[in-house]
Amino acid sequence: MRFGIIVFPGSNCELDCQWVVERVLGQQADLIWHKEKDLKDYDCLILPGGFAHGDYLRTGAIARFSPVMKAVERHAEDGGLILGICNGFQVLCEAGLLPGALLRNTSLAFICRHVHVRVENTATPFTTACRPGQVLRVPINHNEGRYYVDPETLRQLNEKGQVILRYATTGGEITDGANPNGSLDNIAGVCNEGRNVLGLMPHPERAAEALLGSTSGLLLFESIVRSGRTASPMSR
Amino acid sequence: MKESTITQEIIAAHNLTREEYEQVVAILGREPTYTELGIFSVMWSEHCSYKSSKVHLQTLPTSGPAVLQGPGENAGVVDLGDGLAAVFKVESHNHPSFIEPYQGAATGVGGIIRDIFTMGARPIALLDSLRFGPLADARNRYLMGGVVAGISGYGNAVGVPTVGGEVCFAECYSGNPLVNVLCLGIAPVDKLFYGRAGGIGNPVFYVGAKTGRDGIHGATMASETFDEKSEERRPTVQVGDPFREKLLIEACLELMRTDALVGIQDMGAAGLTCSSCEMASRGGTGVEIDVRLVPRREEGMTPYEVMLSESQERMLLVAREGAERIVQKIFARYDLDAVVVGRVTADGLMRVRDGKRVMAEIPVKGLVADAPVYRRPAVRPAWQDEVQRLDLHQIPLPRECGEVLLRLLASPTIACKATVWERYDHMLFLNTVVGPGADAVVLRLKGTERGIALAMDGNGRYVFLDPCVGGMIAVAEAARNVVTSGAEPVAITNCLNFGDPTRPEIMWQFAEAVRGMAEACRALRTPVTGGNVSFYNETMGQAIFPTPIVGMLGILAHIDHATTPGWKGAGDVVVLLGQTREELGGSEYLKVYHGLIQGRPPTIDLDLERRVQQCCLEAIRAGLVRSAHDCSDGGLAVALAESCISEPERHIGVEVNLSETGRPDALLFGEGQSRILFSLREADLGRLEAIALRHAVPITILGRTGGSRFLCTGRTFTMDLPVAALDQAWRGSLPTLLRQG
Repeated sequence: MRFGIIVFPGSNCELDCQWVVERVLGQQADLIWHKEKDLKDYDCLILPGGFAHGDYLRTGAIARFSPVMKAVERHAEDGGLILGICNGFQVLCEAGLLPGALLRNTSLAFICRHVHVRVENTATPFTTACRPGQVLRVPINHNEGRYYVDPETLRQLNEKGQVILRYATTGGEITDGANPNGSLDNIAGVCNEGRNVLGLMPHPERAAEALLGSTSGLLLFESIVRSGRTASPMSR
Repeated sequence: MKESTITQEIIAAHNLTREEYEQVVAILGREPTYTELGIFSVMWSEHCSYKSSKVHLQTLPTSGPAVLQGPGENAGVVDLGDGLAAVFKVESHNHPSFIEPYQGAATGVGGIIRDIFTMGARPIALLDSLRFGPLADARNRYLMGGVVAGISGYGNAVGVPTVGGEVCFAECYSGNPLVNVLCLGIAPVDKLFYGRAGGIGNPVFYVGAKTGRDGIHGATMASETFDEKSEERRPTVQVGDPFREKLLIEACLELMRTDALVGIQDMGAAGLTCSSCEMASRGGTGVEIDVRLVPRREEGMTPYEVMLSESQERMLLVAREGAERIVQKIFARYDLDAVVVGRVTADGLMRVRDGKRVMAEIPVKGLVADAPVYRRPAVRPAWQDEVQRLDLHQIPLPRECGEVLLRLLASPTIACKATVWERYDHMLFLNTVVGPGADAVVLRLKGTERGIALAMDGNGRYVFLDPCVGGMIAVAEAARNVVTSGAEPVAITNCLNFGDPTRPEIMWQFAEAVRGMAEACRALRTPVTGGNVSFYNETMGQAIFPTPIVGMLGILAHIDHATTPGWKGAGDVVVLLGQTREELGGSEYLKVYHGLIQGRPPTIDLDLERRVQQCCLEAIRAGLVRSAHDCSDGGLAVALAESCISEPERHIGVEVNLSETGRPDALLFGEGQSRILFSLREADLGRLEAIALRHAVPITILGRTGGSRFLCTGRTFTMDLPVAALDQAWRGSLPTLLRQG
């Protein structure tokens, strides 16, 4: 399976995503500079974490105008997989590829620590390797991670099973105490209606090796690889 | 543009003494121009020239089998094997952080990162050692909040994880907080770069951000004490842009993979002046720069201002003649300026032009090699005996040892710092095997089975009470922290924070502390690879505790040796390596419970220290050790308590019995050196005893892990507390203290 990792100026998790895809999963991952305009032959694009264009003005607000984004949009329209992690999620929201917005954490402080998230829908290419309701231990690392969306869209997201991850206790309960940033309804990750674009605030690539304390983030990457095996990439 | 004429007032404003000015005139053979005076003033400032510290620093051991580059370059370099090198250094940003905490700390982070990638290394980790005054004072909370936000804001966005460090509190840092930042990078051994200008005629490139008026005379400001007008110095603090620095890192590392680069140095303190003449000095060449070609973001800047600006995120590099296009192409990709501003010359002169007009022409040797060096008078302070006097008979025994323990755990110096380090990205690059909060940070070394451990340490109170012993302990404790994490200590970088060196008692503190550090470095075989001296840490004549901070680098032979302080399960045996003496001088207990900063710091026997460390390492490598923790601030009782609660998701109690005679407070809270707390499976006890015997290290079996209580008994005391109460005191303290007001 071929992964393409979009590198904006200021991105910083691109090497980590490449490490996990290549060294842990044994798949191919190319780094793609944001000035590229042509993205061919990639099964899955990753928009990694970091501070694209310094996150000046507003997180993801400048990145959506990077030359590469036109090709990212085409990839999404063609049904290709896109995984936006942290800053990548913020960029996807700004680009209109995912609903909602990510506001400043209620604590008004940057937070880097492990949290628990519950898998809300396993019928997506990103979550087939998870059990329904499975609790994953993954780190968050952000200043603007408070998911917000208007009530009508929220209703639709819930109805159509587009909320993929929610902040939860270790036992899988959705509580205020388990919500690190004030996200609406504890939402940590959402997908588009076509279920081929996922954005999430936690960093699954940081929970992919036992040596670093957790392997549950790996399930998301394994799901992607699994979906690549079942679907023929040429049929798109 | 007409330059000002040199008057006595102008010379004084440039912080040059009459003798120094006369030396300038002698070097030039004439009166300096205004621009030349500015250049001399920054190059001969304490910050850049090390004129008061040099004679002492030369006594530190700087070579060893693993040291590839000692002091004198942008950073030290240590061989890690497998063709990899660790590039690391610590630097202070105390003065700017006091004046403007957010930007002061942020640009401190930016500056040390540049020192690392300029050597060809990718920066992979930051640690910081911070000192503040008590948090009851709103201004100290403001300073701490600003510094932490600055480190977080800059470090996270620049994409270098802040993996650890330490934060301590004492009254003396109220007017003068310390912000010492350490950066570690990894480079291929055969692709290291140096700050040397070589090859006559080669182009000198200015790359990175544009030049503004910020930070002019920053280096001079860092070479003065503070008074009530210090706030007015705010314009001398630079403003950082982590986004631009991130681009600069990537562009420079990309350039280093080509064959275009001859030498490179960051523009830190004293900006274009310092970088150009240091590069020429190391290369044995001259350099010519036309300030008119320097990219600027402000209009009407004079040559003086361009040469002295400390605008951030800029580098000076010398490229191979004919390779100009390669440099420009790479920097254009990152939308950064890359402009040829001059040439390497053969005449040994630093020549600054403004178009055709020559504004400065100074022998490089005069600025660097011939800079003043002082052996300043050093006198033991009259009050030293007084503060060392401690009669334990006068110190009442605490009625309730459990209450003392809770107070110590809540003391901000000891309390859990998660509220600080959770604001730093400490996981980027997927190397952080043991993160902040343990004795040392452990990073895996990708592509090998080895690991790197890093610790920062320095107890200013000990150094205040006895500078020589305090200096020794700073090194020994940093080494011990690396050892308890499973690594062999290899080399140090240090940041020496002291008061005004023109005061003889400050100079005595400095000389004594360096003497102690040198002795410990020799005994523990950890040479000094570089660092930084920060003098003038005084406000209104009140100096900080003399505070040498040691950054220790260790290597784990195998990443599986990584060991942490927390108990790993119930039923393990708890053992103490080393010996407890009846010592309370300089302890956190005396300060917190009795309000005393008094006595001699704990004694240290460097031979025993080395044996304890060797014993610990051998036991870890043999796979016997389930947890290891250094006994330091707060003594054995705090070390035991921390082992119960250090891992938030796994609290495990302990039951120990201390059979020693003597004062219970000394036994529990004394900070005797060379002691390490282990837990291990009972079946492994025999093997540990054999190793300890071989190293002639005393060991004591204290008790057993398990349950949910902290039960510690002795001949005359009993402490019985729920582990949850320890956790609440320890974890809850700092957030509460920071919220007040």
